[in-house]
Amino acid sequence: MARSFQSYLGDLRESRVWQSIFRSGSGPSNLHRSQAIQQNLFLHLFSVKSRRSSLAIGVTWYLGTLSFVTFLILISTGIPLMLYYHPSVPQAYADMKDLQFAVSAGLFLRNLHRWSAHAMVLLVFAHMFRVFYRGAYRPPREFNWVIGVMLLLVTLFLSYTGYLLPWDQLAFWAITVGSNIMSAVPLLGPKIRFLTLGGNTVNANALLRFYVLHCVILPLAGAMLVGIHFWRIRKDGGLYSGKSREESQPHD
Amino acid sequence: MSEQDKKFAAALASDSRRTPVRLAFLTRRTSPQVSVKDEPFVMTWPDALFRIVVAAELVVLALVLVSLLWDAPLEGLADPLQTPNPAKAPWYFLGLQELLHYFPPVVGGVLIPTLVVIALIVIPYFNVNVQAEGLWVRNRPQRLRMLAIVTTVLTVLLAAMKVWALLAATLPMAALMAWSAGTTPDAPSRLRRWLFSKPLSFWIMTWFLIQAALLTIIGIYFRGAGWEWVWPWSE
Repeated sequence: MARSFQSYLGDLRESRVWQSIFRSGSGPSNLHRSQAIQQNLFLHLFSVKSRRSSLAIGVTWYLGTLSFVTFLILISTGIPLMLYYHPSVPQAYADMKDLQFAVSAGLFLRNLHRWSAHAMVLLVFAHMFRVFYRGAYRPPREFNWVIGVMLLLVTLFLSYTGYLLPWDQLAFWAITVGSNIMSAVPLLGPKIRFLTLGGNTVNANALLRFYVLHCVILPLAGAMLVGIHFWRIRKDGGLYSGKSREESQPHD
Repeated sequence: MSEQDKKFAAALASDSRRTPVRLAFLTRRTSPQVSVKDEPFVMTWPDALFRIVVAAELVVLALVLVSLLWDAPLEGLADPLQTPNPAKAPWYFLGLQELLHYFPPVVGGVLIPTLVVIALIVIPYFNVNVQAEGLWVRNRPQRLRMLAIVTTVLTVLLAAMKVWALLAATLPMAALMAWSAGTTPDAPSRLRRWLFSKPLSFWIMTWFLIQAALLTIIGIYFRGAGWEWVWPWSE
């Protein structure tokens, strides 16, 4: 009799090779399920158990999860885009045209990257307001809220630096408008602007600086803060389950 | 220090092999996460992770569809000699750009955004009203007077500086607050009861949210050449 796919999968998970990679066998017991979390570098950011009430859609609308997923989409589309992109003037613009007409699925790749970036900004804002209105920022979660604010800023800077890279009229003038605001900072304004742009106007130096910020510095900063953000959820007692205030904060 | 004042009780034995003890600190103040008792838990694997994966797949699917249907904008090659009119920042900065239309750059571009970021960071450290008590539950006449004063000052200031976009959100907000104040927790209107239960922080954040959304929408749709007011359907 033919064995089921499930049983093959089960055998695979019990095999020496599988266990050498994942450090745990499989099974329906809670011990096995705990190990699936504990024995995995990435999953151990989660707690082994979650409050059932915190998983309902209405509590978080999964906005944090969705923000993170858009971040993953942006990394996985951004890296292939880097293969077709030269951060130089005017080659950057020619590369956009190549993506549109010459590269297989190049246009789709750029579309997905751009719309996901807009989605991420929107989702991160929505996530922030949701957390605020649920009151999930209150002790002991104060600092995770602060990390969240930093992540919002990283998101905005990521999107802003990426905006220049196509080197079209839209990009050039949006960054010109934005960078003019910098020079309004008292005393240091023009210096900050010069440092950011690598010159007094948006030029090839600015493109290179924004490229490095966009592809290296900001994603690394974002990934690190995301790691701390997730880890702090577990350390601060798991997802705030959003019991009404009367229940969760008895008057003493 | 009397027994009454102690914030915790502690016990400890020195030889852990002979007397295995668990050191327990029992604090008087209860933190939110421990006060809810006997909550049902599920295993993160597979219950929570399954939901996360489904959520992830849905957002990937939605974005792939959007990307198949609509192309990302691409205009002509950047030309420093040809300024488009209006030159607009990315949408999430258009609220800021709208502020720059009313205020000098150092106020609209530096002071206000910096204050907003600082305000966001300090939110959880303001333990003025941890119980999140409704604004109108206590001292109602006093607080109504305060609301009237703040609204009047803001209105005069904003009108004097001709910041109509901020005024357009501030006045209805103040009216809504006053409306919600004139009720009791057992009023027939559900909305009114719900608003009555809201603390000051809710009102400030909602005011900020509406303000930011309004400025951004004006910046995206209602601003044309020379940052003049245009109706989005006029062309």
